[in-house]
This record gives sequence, structure tokens and C-alpha cells, in this order.
Amino acid sequence: MLSAALPFSASAELGEPEKDELKFGFIKLTDMAPLAVAYENGYFEDEGLYVTLEAQANWKVLLDGVIDGQLDGAHMLAGQPLAATIGFGTKAHIVTPFSMDLNGNGITVSNAVWKEMKKNIPHENGKPVHPIKADYLKPVVESYIDEGKPFNMGMVFPVSTHNYELRYWLAAGGIHPGYYAPHKGDISGQIDAEALLSVTPPPQMPATLEAGTIYGYCVGEPWNQQAVFKGIGVPVITDYEIWKNNPEKVFGLNKEFTEKYPNTSVRIVKALLRAAKWLDENDNANRPEAVEILSRSEYVGADYDVIANSMTGTFEYEKGDKREIPDFNVFFRYNATYPYYSDAIWYLTQMRRWGQISEPKSDDWYFDVAKSVYRPDIYQAAAEALIEEGEMDAAEFPAFATETGFKPAQTDFIDGKVYDGSKPNAYLEQFPIGLKGTDVIQ
Amino acid sequence: MLSRLSSRSFIEGLVLPAVGIVIFLLVWQFSANRIDTSLGQFPGPVQVWEQIQNLGTEHARERDKEAAFYQRQDERNAKKLAKDPDATIKIRQYTGKPTFIDQIVTSLVTVAAGFIIANMIAIPLGIVCGLSASMYKAMNPIIQIFKPVSPLAWLPLVTMVVSATYVAEDPMLEKSFLNSAITVALCCLWPTLINTTVGVASIDKDLVNVSRVMALSPMVHVRKIVVPAAIPMIFTGLRLSLATGWMVLIAAEMLAQNPGLGKFVWDEFQNGSSNSLGRIMVAVLAIGLIGFLLDRLMLTLQKKVSWDKNAVLR
Repeated sequence: MLSAALPFSASAELGEPEKDELKFGFIKLTDMAPLAVAYENGYFEDEGLYVTLEAQANWKVLLDGVIDGQLDGAHMLAGQPLAATIGFGTKAHIVTPFSMDLNGNGITVSNAVWKEMKKNIPHENGKPVHPIKADYLKPVVESYIDEGKPFNMGMVFPVSTHNYELRYWLAAGGIHPGYYAPHKGDISGQIDAEALLSVTPPPQMPATLEAGTIYGYCVGEPWNQQAVFKGIGVPVITDYEIWKNNPEKVFGLNKEFTEKYPNTSVRIVKALLRAAKWLDENDNANRPEAVEILSRSEYVGADYDVIANSMTGTFEYEKGDKREIPDFNVFFRYNATYPYYSDAIWYLTQMRRWGQISEPKSDDWYFDVAKSVYRPDIYQAAAEALIEEGEMDAAEFPAFATETGFKPAQTDFIDGKVYDGSKPNAYLEQFPIGLKGTDVIQ
Repeated sequence: MLSRLSSRSFIEGLVLPAVGIVIFLLVWQFSANRIDTSLGQFPGPVQVWEQIQNLGTEHARERDKEAAFYQRQDERNAKKLAKDPDATIKIRQYTGKPTFIDQIVTSLVTVAAGFIIANMIAIPLGIVCGLSASMYKAMNPIIQIFKPVSPLAWLPLVTMVVSATYVAEDPMLEKSFLNSAITVALCCLWPTLINTTVGVASIDKDLVNVSRVMALSPMVHVRKIVVPAAIPMIFTGLRLSLATGWMVLIAAEMLAQNPGLGKFVWDEFQNGSSNSLGRIMVAVLAIGLIGFLLDRLMLTLQKKVSWDKNAVLR
């Protein structure tokens, strides 16, 4: 249906970039690594692109930058291009040809909450048994509610992966994270909530937790490890344990940009693919070097040790309780970079589950939105160019001839539910907490 | 007699300020040791000195990278030409990060632009308001209402208006530069405007009468009588206005993430590394020092153009 409109399928040699001076935005998180590496290793320059990378204050500023053209592209939350395209928040047609990483987030609670929570958690060899479910947090939340204290938690943006992960984890443990009702003008997301979630920019999470404004948060690295280092909180679970190998950030471009500058778009993806591969090569052998790059003040800027904690395959929960999680950050393996439609649809189902999409939608609607935002055609053109140049091998990519864009049903969720991207409405029926079917918040 | 006088001015001019600075440094070091933040100890003078050196090395390293960048670009362009002699070659600006010194320069240029825009409006308007009491009465409520508005309130409006109205395919000026400069202008307009008005309105009646007797044309009256007489007050306004502008700029850069010292401070705050506080402290000192130098500059100018060389200025 869509293939007729694809301008990127031609296999002719890739032309010069139409626009070669580019400015990309990013947020100070370790998962911006592909951008930093593509810049520092000269991959952008190899494509004839002169790229400036600019840290942005928060996700809203970043998105507005891409919409009004101050930024040519940006490191984005997977939900952002989807939400912008369907008009939740600012409306604009943003597309993504490249998935930046899998996993990489964690949920941290304050020391006081951890002390209460820990009493409920089974121990083995003196250490808590992981993964830690929100069931153990539920009594703590209830005691706060009994005392009339709101249980506040932080996440980074209403359509962020972190919001959906935190909600998923809380709801799986029977804690209601609240609904949105944009049709009634309520975008606080706290209707019926037992835990009240609000937005805090990632770098300010530890400080907000320390100030006692929130009792926990869900954020990307290094801001969970930062809490351990500062001794102000304890990470209880990583998103790898909530949903193994979940898709995380994407690289977002304005649709207009991809139409006006097709060669530039493909070349950007080429550079990013090389960077992603470099990051995962030889069992993360390049990670220490990547950490050094990220610790520079113009990128993430946190201390080397803090970033290294999670980037080099380990994760420190309670102080001293450091465990191996080799896949905590995945940039390339498991086809991490391919923009799967099923990933897009999962985010859309979560928007529906929590009321950001207030009306019931048909399965076809989910497919259509996913196809208008996720652009494997651009990805494919870039991958094929790299294969042709001998830079990469066809085996490193999905088999383009047969790839449907839908991953097989995924089972690795903390609550044991199964996600099949080809049946979005049926998927939502499984959850006791959350909107489904014809539900509309009145 | 003479030796006593010079020793006294020696004490006043050098020894006392030095004592002040030494006491300040001691108090700073002493209290810094006792403040523990989640980013480590509050930086004392020693740590700040280290960061000054670090920022210096970083600047040098960035310049090396810049040179390498242009060299790579030249090679790439040469290759492109070899492949296709008709290819159009453009030299692209260096894309690396701005260093601390670059940020200082950006901030200075921005504040200068905002200051000039503001005073191109404020001085003529002030003269008109000073000359005509009815004009002043008409303008007064507007001046009084907008004068106390914080730059941070203007900023979102300025940002949106600039994005909407300044659309060019290949813009000469960055939008972020315009945002900062206009916000600065909106805030440093008022001191000059008010002081010019007062200065012009309070010209010695004798001077006005002389002008009348000589039947000077309005333009000549303004040029020969009004402006020279009002110069001290105009400059008082300009000094206040430049000081306001400098303060406003840092805040605006921080909030809007526009390049400059404010962004440097915000970026470091967000980095949250163990060096961040020390680097922010360097920026604080630099901001203060530059603000002081700007004020001295205005004072020198004021002394140069003022006709009353005996007036005490401080």
C-alpha cells in the first residue's frame, strides 16, 4: 500500500547530500551515544555532513526545535514522533528512520521508601531477589495514602518511555498510576491515581528526589547511578527487567526534511548505523572509549565512573550491590537500530491504555500511524549503501526482502503478558488496570 | 607632607582593597570546606583556580581540533574535485563545541547588540518626552508598567514572535541570538529612557532662554543645547542600562539555552560532574568581572563626553 510512495527504494548510487550543514539536538543521557560517536569518529564527515550537536534543556524544547526547523533532527523519545503526529501535545509530522537503542532506563526510589520496601522483599544470600516487583512498593504507597500524603514520582515527559515503563511496573504491582483525559482538557495524567506522576527533566531528577519533592523516579542513565553515587536513592529495577530489550530512543526528523533532503536523510542514518555498530562491536570493547567521549562536558558531562557504571555492562542497585547486565545498553545487536512498526504500535497501545488517546481506535488505525511515522525505507537505503560499500554485512541487518516490520509475539514482560503488535486492541484487553475496548474517561 | 599624602593614597588605593580580597578569599575557603553538596564539596579558591586552568587547556585543545577539522575538510574537498572538477566546493564552519572563551565573546556581542537596539529607541524617545510635557504624560503609564517586568516574562513572547516573523531560507543571524538580544533590549530600554527624560526636562532655564533669544531651529536647539546639557543624566541611564542588560542576558541565556555564559552555567549544572560547581564558580567570577569592566568602560566614556569635568562620578 505504501510502497508506491517510497522515494528511497531506488538502488542507484547515493547522491551528494542536499543539505550538509546540520544541527542536531540531544538530551544529556548516555543513549545519545550514537550521535557523539558518529561525530567524534568522523562518520558524519565521511558522509559529507557538517554536524553540530547541541544539548537541549528538556524534551519539549527539543521537539519544538525540530518542529520549527531550528534543529534538523534530534535524539527523541520513541513516543514523541508518534504523539506529535497524532496530535497529542504539539502537532507536527515527525518521522523516524532509526531506532537509537534498547533498554537503558531504571526506576529509583528514595532511601526512606527503599527502607520500607526492603522489608517486604525476599532475600537470598543477604541480597534482595531481582527483579523487584511493584507489589513490594504497594504497602508503602498505601501507608502514604492513609496518612493523607500524596505519593509523588517523577518521569521525564508525558509521552516518554519512562512514563510508560513506570506506569507498566506500577500497574503490574497493582498501583494505579492514573489516567489522562485530553478530551476534557486534563493532561496531568493523575485521574484515579494512587501514585502521582509528574514531569521532571532528567538531569534534575536526583536533585528533586533529594529535595523530597518526589519519592521515586524513572529515568535513563546516568541519573539512576548518580543517585547511588550521591547516596540519595536506590535503583530498584531496570527497564530490561520490566520488558527485556524494549525499544527506547529514536532519531526524529521532520517529515518535510526527509522529503526535501532525501540523500541527506539516508546519509545521516548511514553515519548513525556505523556509530551504533562501533558501540557494540567485539562485546562492547569500545565502551570505555565511548564513556570517555560521553563524560566530556559538551555531551553528557557526568563523571567517567558514573557513566561507566551502566555503559560497561553492569548496574549498581543498592550501594555495593553491583550486578552484571551486559544488555543494559544495546545500540546495535538484536537489530536494535531497525524501526519496527510493532515497536511504534506498543507505544500507541500505552497511549491508549493511559488515556492519552481518549477514544477507541481500530487495529488499522494503529498500523497506519505506525507506518506514517516509522520509516524502514530510509533505513533500508542506508543499510544497503553500507553493504555495497563493504562497510557492513547483510547478515547484520534484518532480511529486508521478507521483513514485515512486526516482531514475533514478545513474552519477556515482568507480568508475563504477551505482546503481539499485529493485535493491538486484543493486547490491551489483558490488563486489569488501563483503558481498553470502548472505555472513555467520563 | 607630600610623603604622608602619597602613603595615605597608597594605603587607600592598594592596601585596603588587597586586604578586602584576602579576607574574602579566606572566608570563602573556610566556608567552602564546610559545605557538602551532593556534587561534592563546595569549590574553594584553589579548586576554582584549577578549573580556570582546565578551561584554558580545553580551549587550546578545541582550537587544535578545529585546525584538524579544516584540514580534513580540505582533503575531502580536494578528493571531491579530483572526482568531479565541476563540483561546487564550500568551506563549512567548524562544528565543535564553543569553549568558555567563545561563550564569553558570544555573550559580549549579544549584550552589545541588545544595548544598541535599546538605546537607539530610548535616547530619541527620552529627548522627545523631556522636551514635551504632554508627550511625557502620555508615555508615563506605559513606562511605569513595563519598567519592572522581569526578562524571564518577556522571553517566551520574544521567542515565539521571533520564530514566527523571522523566517529566512539562509538566515544571517541566528534566531537564538535575536531572542537574547531583543530580550536584553526590552529590559535595558527603561533606565536610559527615564534618565534621558529627566535630564532633558531639567535643563537650566537660562540655557533654554538663550536658545530662544538666538532663535535656534528645533534641530539645532536639540543638538547644541539639549543633548550636551543632558549628557550626564543620559550616561547615568546608559550605565544603569548596560548593567541591567548584562544581568538580563545571563538569565535569558540560561532559560532559553541560547549560546553564551548563561548556557555554560546551565550546561555545567546539568552535567552534575564533580567539577561542575568549580566551573560554575569560574563563570560567576567571569560574569562579575566583565560586568565591572563594562561599567568602568561606560564611566570612562561618560568622563570623556561630559562637559562638567569637575563632577564627581563613581
